[in-house]
Parts: sequence; structure tokens; C-alpha cells
Amino acid sequence: MTTSAHASTRLNGSGLTLAYEQRVISQDLAVAIPDNSFTVIVGPNACGKSTLLRALSRTLKPSQGQVLLDGQVIGSYPAKEVARRLGLLPQTSIAPDGIGVADLVARGRYPHQGFLRQWSSRDEEVVAEAMEATGVAALAERSVDELSGGQRQRVWLAMVLAQQTPLLLLDEPTTYLDIAHQMDMLDLCAQLHSERGHTLVAVLHDLNHACRYATHLIVMKDGAVVAEGDPASVVTAELVEYVFGLPVRVIDDPETHTPMIVPVDRRRAGR
Amino acid sequence: MTTLISARSAEGGRVRLRTAWALRLWGGRVSVLVRPRALAVGLVLVAVSVAVVALSVSVGDYAIPLERVPGAMLGFGERLDVFFVQGVRLPRALTAVAVGASLGLAGAVFQSLSRNALGSPDIIGFTSGAATGAVAAILVFGAGRTVVSLGAIGAGLATAALVYLLAMKGGVQGYRLVLVGIGVSAVLGAVRDYLMTRADLTDAMGAQIWMIGSLNGRGWGEVAAVCAGLVVLGPLLVGLGRRLRYMELGEDTARGLGVPTQVTQVVALAAASALTGAAIAVAGPIGFVALAAPQLARRLARSGGTTLVLSGLMGAALLAVADLVAMRVLAPAQLPVGVVTAVIGGSYLLWLLYTEWRGNRA
Ligand SMILES: Nc1ncnc2c1ncn2[C@@H]1O[C@H](COP(=O)(O)OP(=O)(O)OP(=O)(O)O)[C@@H](O)[C@H]1O
Ligand SMILES: [Mg+2]
Repeated sequence: MTTSAHASTRLNGSGLTLAYEQRVISQDLAVAIPDNSFTVIVGPNACGKSTLLRALSRTLKPSQGQVLLDGQVIGSYPAKEVARRLGLLPQTSIAPDGIGVADLVARGRYPHQGFLRQWSSRDEEVVAEAMEATGVAALAERSVDELSGGQRQRVWLAMVLAQQTPLLLLDEPTTYLDIAHQMDMLDLCAQLHSERGHTLVAVLHDLNHACRYATHLIVMKDGAVVAEGDPASVVTAELVEYVFGLPVRVIDDPETHTPMIVPVDRRRAGR
Repeated sequence: MTTLISARSAEGGRVRLRTAWALRLWGGRVSVLVRPRALAVGLVLVAVSVAVVALSVSVGDYAIPLERVPGAMLGFGERLDVFFVQGVRLPRALTAVAVGASLGLAGAVFQSLSRNALGSPDIIGFTSGAATGAVAAILVFGAGRTVVSLGAIGAGLATAALVYLLAMKGGVQGYRLVLVGIGVSAVLGAVRDYLMTRADLTDAMGAQIWMIGSLNGRGWGEVAAVCAGLVVLGPLLVGLGRRLRYMELGEDTARGLGVPTQVTQVVALAAASALTGAAIAVAGPIGFVALAAPQLARRLARSGGTTLVLSGLMGAALLAVADLVAMRVLAPAQLPVGVVTAVIGGSYLLWLLYTEWRGNRA
């Protein structure tokens, strides 16, 4: 089962069947997250990106196959041990009524805490740093209820950063963010990747962002991985049209010289 | 957000949490969070409960001055004092406190798990199942109090299990639990109504009174039964409290943080059901305590999440006050305490919600 070529990375899964009750989303799926990569997963709505992230983070138990974290089946670790190695930003979370920003970010320290270690000075430093890095330090004393969607998204990211895990799985971290904050968020991710040596996996919808930032791109369609590798070699107009059903042109991004996707103007083509 | 990680870090920032102070001992090796507001609310609730118990023991057709109450509790003083205090009033007052604490605590667990302020045992179907079991025991089998209690617990647990199974679909979701509970309660209510139409008048009266909930004539046996449940299950649930608060962030987030959500859910649901069962068996399905106590507690403590201990203390104080009112307001006639909890708990909750909404708009 572990004969897959890249089964030796810190986080990988093979022979995965992922399903909710009877509804099978993915079958015989194999993925390996290259160590120290900034992996980006792209694919149309409902193709199973979040489901894959859930399986990789042990939130969803595969009905077949297994996910290995540092060489061991992920389900065999104590829950907190996994949470010290791997952080997850889910697509949706719920902020309890009236909780403060700092209090919510502080919850990211849970896997490091215990009965006699409820709030150490280390916890405090890490939380302050996470809020600083995501630009929410100025909001620390506000209620999460009264934040804008984008502010709230950055608070949730701060919570996951406070978890201080070498592996980070982020499900659409840029939703709700304006273009400047999207770039900030991606720069922050890139910095975590390049300066801190974190391994990142992010689901993104913007293909141009994906091409710019990914060191490894995974393209999914209908629960299967249809292409993966370096964005420059993977992304072609044919692939994008096949996956998204949208005719596009792929040109050179003048800033980064990565592939840039421009949809064909169907109104003009139709006339 | 342009300052990135390396820019700041060394100075070691201070973070002020909203509800807690950190207490660090032994050079920071041990750190504990103290919640001053919750602590204050808790102390007030304990004081209220103690005062109300003392008052309940002292007042009545045979009034005992407050200064003679402590002695009489310990068996000193006038024979009649001791008889009324030890034999009648103290066990009843303590039953109120213990039943209230059980309902408040269990209610907080149900509300947390269902992520719904309506997720009390009343709504989840437990109470309805227990009431149907009891009514069937009274009307069909003409059973005595013990059998009625056992019937209530059995039927309550069975209903809770049924609702849980029907609501489950790869983990329980809050709103589904509430909706299924409402549906099952409606069916059981129809069964009860049918039984009532077939019963003779005295039996039907007895069943009706049982269903409102009452603490009349409860003795030390009842105190022991409810306290046993509290002593065993209370600490277990309070121990799970932190996990429950994390599960309120959503299943995926909680699991991502390392909370074993499925085990926690099952254990907490079972323990809260058993606690409710013991309380209902002793006092009947007293309404509103399980619903209102957790809401009142979290608002008073401004905790931004479930507070199990405070919910229990709030339930105890609420039921103790309600029972005192039930005994005295129309004395010598006694009201069933369930009527009073509905009025007191319901109005207080309405008032709190009203002020909160007005505050929000301002
Ligand atoms: N909890 C669930 N129960 C049942 N089916 C689900 C559940 N979550 C997702 N699905 C189904 O699984 C499929 C894949 O969903 P998933 O959330 O993985 O998609 P996605 O690729 O993340 O989409 P999006 O881009 O919209 O976030 C969808 O058909 C969805 O309806
Ligand atoms: Mg998704």
C-alpha cells in the first residue's frame, strides 16, 4: 500500500476512498504533499477539495486507504498530538456569541495546554505574534461578532497560526478578503513557507494566485487528481478548459512570469 | 497586515483576555486562568441558594426563627423544630437545590451540543419521553411512586436514544437534534393525550400533577438519589466542559485543534441524559430550569460560551427560589413548583433578552 512513489513525505494518503455515508466523493485517491512545499489545490466547486483536506487532517475518516503523518497512520496518534503537527483552517467555523478576538485566537493554543498549563507566557507571546502577523492586533479587544467578514477570516487564520504547527492546511484562506488583503494573506503564507520552512496546503479559487504562489499545484475534478506538479508545466489552456469547462488563454504573467489565465470572451466569440 | 512575522516578535507581546486573568506560579511552570466575573457570579449564586434554603426551612405554618435553624439542622433545640427541619423542610429544600443543579448542568450540556439555546431536555424529547413513561405507569398500570420514577427514567432514556439515532448522520448536528426532538415530542404528546382521555378523573389528576413537576413531600431518599447522580456525573461533565466550549467553534475546527469530538459528544450526552433522568424521576419534569439556567448563567458571566458550573449553580438557586415561592405565595395552598419556574425563569429570561436586544440597537 505504501509503494507509491512519494509515500515518504510527511503527509500523504494512498488508496483513499472518501465518502459521506453512502455518497462517495473520491475513490482510490493518492496524494502526497511534498515536504516544505506551498501546495495549492484547485478545482471546480464540489469537486472534493474540502473533503480531501478533511481526510488529510483526520477530520474525516477515509472509508478505505489511509493517511500517513510522519510515517504513521494519522488516526493512531492522540488527537492533540496531531494538532501540534498539523493545523486546519476549515472553510466554515462558528464564533461563539460575544467572544473576544484575543480570546478566540488564544483557543489555537489548545493542543499545547493542559490542566496545569492553561495560559503560559509562551502562549501569550505566540498569540500576540499570530495576531500581529495577520494584522488583527488592533482588533484584539473587539468582539468577533462585530467584525467584517474579512477581519473575521484573518482572526480565524491567526487562531490556526497560534497553533504553531509545521504543517498548515488552509481551506480558502482568501475568501471574504479584498484584493490587497488577499495578497497580504498569500504573502504571509509564502513567508511562512520560505522563512519558517512550514509546509502549506491551501485551497484557492483564483488560478492566477495559485500559479503565482504554488510550488506544487494539485488540480482536481470530480474527486480525482487530474494533474499535479509545478504550475508552469501543469497549467495549459486545454487542462483548464477540461477541468472547468471554460475556454481560456494562458499568457505570461508580466510580474512573475508564471502562467496567467485569461478567460476567452465568449460574448464576442459568439457573435 | 504588512508587518510580517520577523518584524516584531522579540518583545513578547501582552495579550489581554476578555474574561480571564492568568495566574502564573513556580516561575511560570504552572499557569491557571482565573475568571473573576464568573467567580463572583458563582459566589453570589451559592450565597443565594444558602440563604433561600435557610429561609425555606424557617418559614411555614409552624415558623421557626432563623437563629434556631442552624441548631435544628444539627438536631439541637426544640423537638418540634428538629422534626420540621430535619424531617420535612430541609430534605425538600435540598432536593430543590440538587434537582435544580442537575437540570441546569444537563441543560447547559444539551444546549452546547446542539448549538442551540432551545436544546434543553424539554425540546430534545427527553422530558416528553419521561412524562409519557410516567403517565403510562400511572394510568395503565396504576403504579406507585417508585415504579413511576423508574418508568419515567426508562422512557426518557429510550426517547433520548431514539432522538439521537434519528438525528445522527455521521455525527449529530444541532438543529437536526432539535427538530427531531420536537417531532418525537409531538407524537408522544398525542399518546399522552390519548391515555388521559381513557383514564378516570383521579388518575388523570395525579398524572397531570406529576407532569407539572413538584417537590411536595420529598425526603432524604430523594436527596440521596439526586446527589448520587450529581457527585458521579457532575465532575465528569465539568471535566468535559472545556472540550464542549471548543466544539462550539464547529466540528472541523474543534477536531483540527485536537478535540476528540465524537467520544466527547457521546459521553456528554449520556451523562447529561442520566442526570436529567434522576432529576425528573424525583421531581417530575420541572420545566424551564434546564432551558433558562444556562442562558442566564452565560449572560451574567459574559462568558461567550457555555459555563457548566455556573449553569448548575444557577439552576440550584432558581429552583430553590421557585420552590419557596411555590410553598408560600398562596399558603396554605401549595403550587406545583413547575408553574413557578415557568413564570420566574421565563420572565427573567425575557427581561434579559429584551435588555440585550435594546442594548445592541443602542
Ligand atoms: N457533510 C457532508 N455531508 C454530505 N455530503 C457532503 C458533505 N460535505 C460535502 N459534501 C458533498 O461532497 C462533495 C464535495 O464537497 P467539498 O466540500 O469537498 O467540495 P469543494 O471542492 O470543497 O467545493 P467548494 O469549492 O464549493 O468549497 C459535494 O458534492 C458536497 O455536496
Ligand atoms: Mg470547499
